[in-house]
Amino acid sequence: MSALLDVRDLSVAIGGRRVVEGVSFGLAAGETFALLGESGCGKSLTALALMRLLPPVARIERGNVEFDGRELFALPESKMRSLRGGGMAMIFQEPATSLNPVMTIGEQIDEVIRLRDGKEGRAVELLEAVGIPDAERRAGEFPFQLSGGMKQRAMIAMALAGEPRLLIADEPTTALDVTIQAQVLDLLKDLQRRRGMALLLITHDLGVAARMADRVGVMHAGQLVEVSDTKQFFRGPAHPYSRRLFASLPENLAKPPEVGGEAKEFLAVQDLTVHFPIRRGLLRRTVGQVRAVDGVSLKVSRGRTLAIVGESGCGKTTAGKAILQLITPTAGRVSLDGRDLDELAPRDVQMVFQDPFGSLNPRLRIGQIIAEGMTAQGIEGDIGALLEQVGLDADMASRYPHEFSGGQRQRIAIARALAVDPRLLICDEPTSALDVSVQAQIIALLRDLQARRGLAYLFITHNISVVDYLAHDVAVMYLGRIVEQGNVDEVLRGAKHPYTQALLAAVPRIDGTSGECLLVPGDPPSPARPPSGCHFHPRCPRVMDRCRAGYPGAVTLSATHRLHCHLYT
Amino acid sequence: MMPVILWSDALFFLLIAVTLGGAGWARRHEHLRASWAMVWASRRARAAAAVLAVFFAIGFVDSLHYRPQLPVEAGKPPAYSVEVLSALDALLTPLRTHTEKTYSAPLATHSFAKETQEAGGRDFPPLKYPGTHLFGTDKVGQDVLYLTLKSIRTGLLIGTLTTLIMLPAAVLLGIVAGYVGGWVDDVIQYLYTTLNSIPGVLLIAAAVLMMQVVIDTHPDWFATAAERADARLLALCAILGITSWTGLCRLLRGETLKLREMEYVQAARAFGVGPLAIMLRHILPNLMHIVLIALVMDFSGLVLAEAVLSYVGIGVDPNTISFGTMINAARLELAREPMVWWSLAAAFVFMFALVLAANLFADAVRDAFDPRAA
Repeated sequence: MSALLDVRDLSVAIGGRRVVEGVSFGLAAGETFALLGESGCGKSLTALALMRLLPPVARIERGNVEFDGRELFALPESKMRSLRGGGMAMIFQEPATSLNPVMTIGEQIDEVIRLRDGKEGRAVELLEAVGIPDAERRAGEFPFQLSGGMKQRAMIAMALAGEPRLLIADEPTTALDVTIQAQVLDLLKDLQRRRGMALLLITHDLGVAARMADRVGVMHAGQLVEVSDTKQFFRGPAHPYSRRLFASLPENLAKPPEVGGEAKEFLAVQDLTVHFPIRRGLLRRTVGQVRAVDGVSLKVSRGRTLAIVGESGCGKTTAGKAILQLITPTAGRVSLDGRDLDELAPRDVQMVFQDPFGSLNPRLRIGQIIAEGMTAQGIEGDIGALLEQVGLDADMASRYPHEFSGGQRQRIAIARALAVDPRLLICDEPTSALDVSVQAQIIALLRDLQARRGLAYLFITHNISVVDYLAHDVAVMYLGRIVEQGNVDEVLRGAKHPYTQALLAAVPRIDGTSGECLLVPGDPPSPARPPSGCHFHPRCPRVMDRCRAGYPGAVTLSATHRLHCHLYT
Repeated sequence: MMPVILWSDALFFLLIAVTLGGAGWARRHEHLRASWAMVWASRRARAAAAVLAVFFAIGFVDSLHYRPQLPVEAGKPPAYSVEVLSALDALLTPLRTHTEKTYSAPLATHSFAKETQEAGGRDFPPLKYPGTHLFGTDKVGQDVLYLTLKSIRTGLLIGTLTTLIMLPAAVLLGIVAGYVGGWVDDVIQYLYTTLNSIPGVLLIAAAVLMMQVVIDTHPDWFATAAERADARLLALCAILGITSWTGLCRLLRGETLKLREMEYVQAARAFGVGPLAIMLRHILPNLMHIVLIALVMDFSGLVLAEAVLSYVGIGVDPNTISFGTMINAARLELAREPMVWWSLAAAFVFMFALVLAANLFADAVRDAFDPRAA
C-alpha cells in the first residue's frame, strides 16, 4: 500500500520549548493509526500541525508532511484551505463547543458542502449516514436540542461532508458516556470501512486504541517512542514507557483486600430523594420535577467501599451531595451509626471532588486550605503529617495550588478531607480528570488510607473498569434509581440487569474483546420526563410488554445481590 | 497660618493611605506581586503610571489647605484670611497673582482686546507680565495654566471618591445577591434595575439641586466659601456613586453565581464553614481582580462625567475650578470673533493626558489580573 499521509521528522516548538520532537509515521488509505499518550504529550499538537491549524504561539520547527504526494508545508494557505475538509477533516473532543449554537445542524453541514461543490441539501443524507434517527427533523434543530452523542454524530457528518480521505479524530469520545462512546466508535469504524478513509485517532485510552486501530503509536514528552502493529503492541509492548502505561491500567492493579466482619452496617441511606422543581412563567409556578435522585437506598459498612456507577446525568453526584447535606434532600433518611446525619458534626463525612483544578481556592496556601476544616471544627492537627500521609512533602504547605500538578492537587484535596478525621469519605469521580498513570497512584493512595485508618468510601464513578480494583460493593444507577446492587463479584461478573450488562460490554478492553454483545441504542432519557414503567425499557434489548407498564419491584438474588428487572420476577 | 482640613481632603488622604496600605499588603502576597510585576514589565504601563503619579502629586499638594495669617495689628489676636489657599497655590504664587485685565493669547505680549488708550485712539494695551502666560489668560485675566493645574484635584477627587463611595455597596450587594440568592437576590436585582432605568442625568440634576437648596438655606454651616464648594463637590461624588454602582454590582453578582458552585466552596460548606466566612475567604479574594479592573476603568469615565455635568450646569460649584467649569466657560469664548481657543485647548490637553494615562494603565492592569486574558 502506498502511504496517503507521510510525516517525517516533525518538530513543533512553543516559545523555546520543543513540544513535538522528530515525529515520523505513515498512514495508508483505509488504515487506522492511533496516536496514544497522556495529556501534554504533544499528540493533539501533532494533529493540528498536520492540518496547519497550530495556535499562533506554536511554530513548526522542521520536518515535512506529505499528503497524497503533495508537500503540505509548502502549499499556499488558499490551497491548504481547500484541502482541509476536502482532503482531510478533523473532529474534536468536545462536541458541545464544536458546533455553532445559533445555527441549525443542517445549515452548518450545508455550509461545508457549499464550500466543496456549491450544492446543498445533502445534509439530511449525511445525518442519516451517521445514524441520526429522524434526520429530516434533526437537520432543522439547533445544537442545544441534541444530546452529546448526537452532537458528536453531527460533527462527524460535518467532517464527512467534504468526503475526506483522511479523518483526524482528536479524542472523539472522551466527553461521552461509555454506552454512547461504544456507539460512536462503531459508527467511525463502519464509516471508515465503507468509504475507505484513513483514520488518525488521537486518544489517551488504551481500550479505544485496541478496539479501533490497525497500528498504534505511543507518544511521550513530544516523542513517538513506539510504533507497532496493534496485535503485537497489546501482546507485549516494547518500550518501557508503554509497559508503564499498561501497568497502571486498573485492570492490572491488585484487587482490594477483603475486610472481615462486614455485617457492621455503618452508613444507611433510606429512600433518599432529591427533586428539583422546574419553574416557569412570571409567578415561577412549579410545572414539573427533575427527579435527579428518586428513592435511593444504600448501605456502607465500616472499612469498606461502595461504588456508585452510572452514566452522566443519572444522579450519582447529586446523591453524594445529598448524603453530605450539601443539597437538601426532598425526602429520605441518612444515618451514620444509627444517628441521623443532620445531628452529627460535618467532620464525620467528607468529600473529595472531581476537578482537582476547581476544588482548591487559588488564593490560599496549601496549609491554609488544609487547615480550613480543622479551624471550622475547632480541632488541632499537624498539617505536615497530613501532607506526608498523602505522599507529599511537609514543606509544601506554604505554596499555592497553581504550583502543583493535577495528581498532586488531588492528594491535597484528600489531605484536606482527612484533616477533620472523617469516618466516611465520599469520592466524586476523584480520578476521572487524571491520566491513567496518575489515576493508578491515587487509587493506590485511597486503598492505603483505607487500610490504615479504617475509612469507609462511597466511590462515585462513571468508569466501571476502576470499580473492580477499589470497591467491595457496587450499586448501578440509572435515571435516579439504583437498578442493581451487590458485591463486586455478583455485579461485575454475574450482572443480571440488561443495563449493567450493557455498561460492562461497552467498556473498551485492551484485549479488544468488547462490542460482540449488546450495544444499547439511543441516549439516556431526561430525568424530568422519565419513561413510563421501567426507566430502561426504551433502550433495553430484552424489553417485554410488562416493562412498559410498571416499574419492576426489587428482586433479591442473594443476601447482597438485588436488582429491579421484570426478567427475573 | 491656620491649616484647614476640608472633608474632601480628609477622604483624599484616607484614599492615599488605603492605596499605600494595599500596596504594602500586595507586596507580601506572592500571586499579587507576580501580577503587579507583569504590569510593571509593560513599558506603556510604566509611562502611564508616571503620568498618573505626576497628576496625583499635584492633586496631593493641592489638598494641603490653609488660611494665611493677615498682617498682625499690635495688641490684637492674630486674624486669618477668609480665603482658603493650598500648598499648590503657594508654590504657584507668581502664576496665581500675576493676573491681567482680561483675555490674552498664549505667550502674548499685548492684550487680546483693543482698549481706548490714554494717549488717544484704540490699540492693544501691553500686558503687565508679557510672555509669561503659557496658556494665555481667561476673561478675568487669570492664568489658564494655573486654572488647569487647579482642575486636576477636582477631577481626581471625582474619579476616586466616587469609586470609594460606590465600591462597598457594589461589592457587598453583588456578593450577597450572588451567594445568598432567593428573595435577597430578587430585592437587590430590582433595586439596581430600578436605579438603572432612571435617566442618570435627571437623577443627578435633581439631587444636586436639592443639595444646593440645603446648602443655601444653611449658610451658618460653612465658615468659608471653600467649605461650601467642598460640600457640593462631595454631594456630587455621592450622587455619582449612588448611580454608578449598579454595573459593577451586576458583574460581581454574576461572577459570584459561578464561584458559588466551585468545588472549593462546596468543600468549605462540607466542613461547616459559615456563609460569612465563605464570602470573605473564598468569594471576595477571587473577585478582587474584577474589582481592581473596574476601579481603574471607571476612573477615567468619572473624570469625563464631571466635565459633562459641570458643562450642563449641575456639576461642581461655579467657584470650584474644574475642567467642566473651564469647558463651560469656553462655550461663550468659542463664539467670539476672533475665537478664544486656549482655555478649551488647555483643559482638553490635560484631561486627555489624564484619561489616556488612566486607560492605558487600566488596560495593563486588566491584562495582568484577568485570568481569562492570560
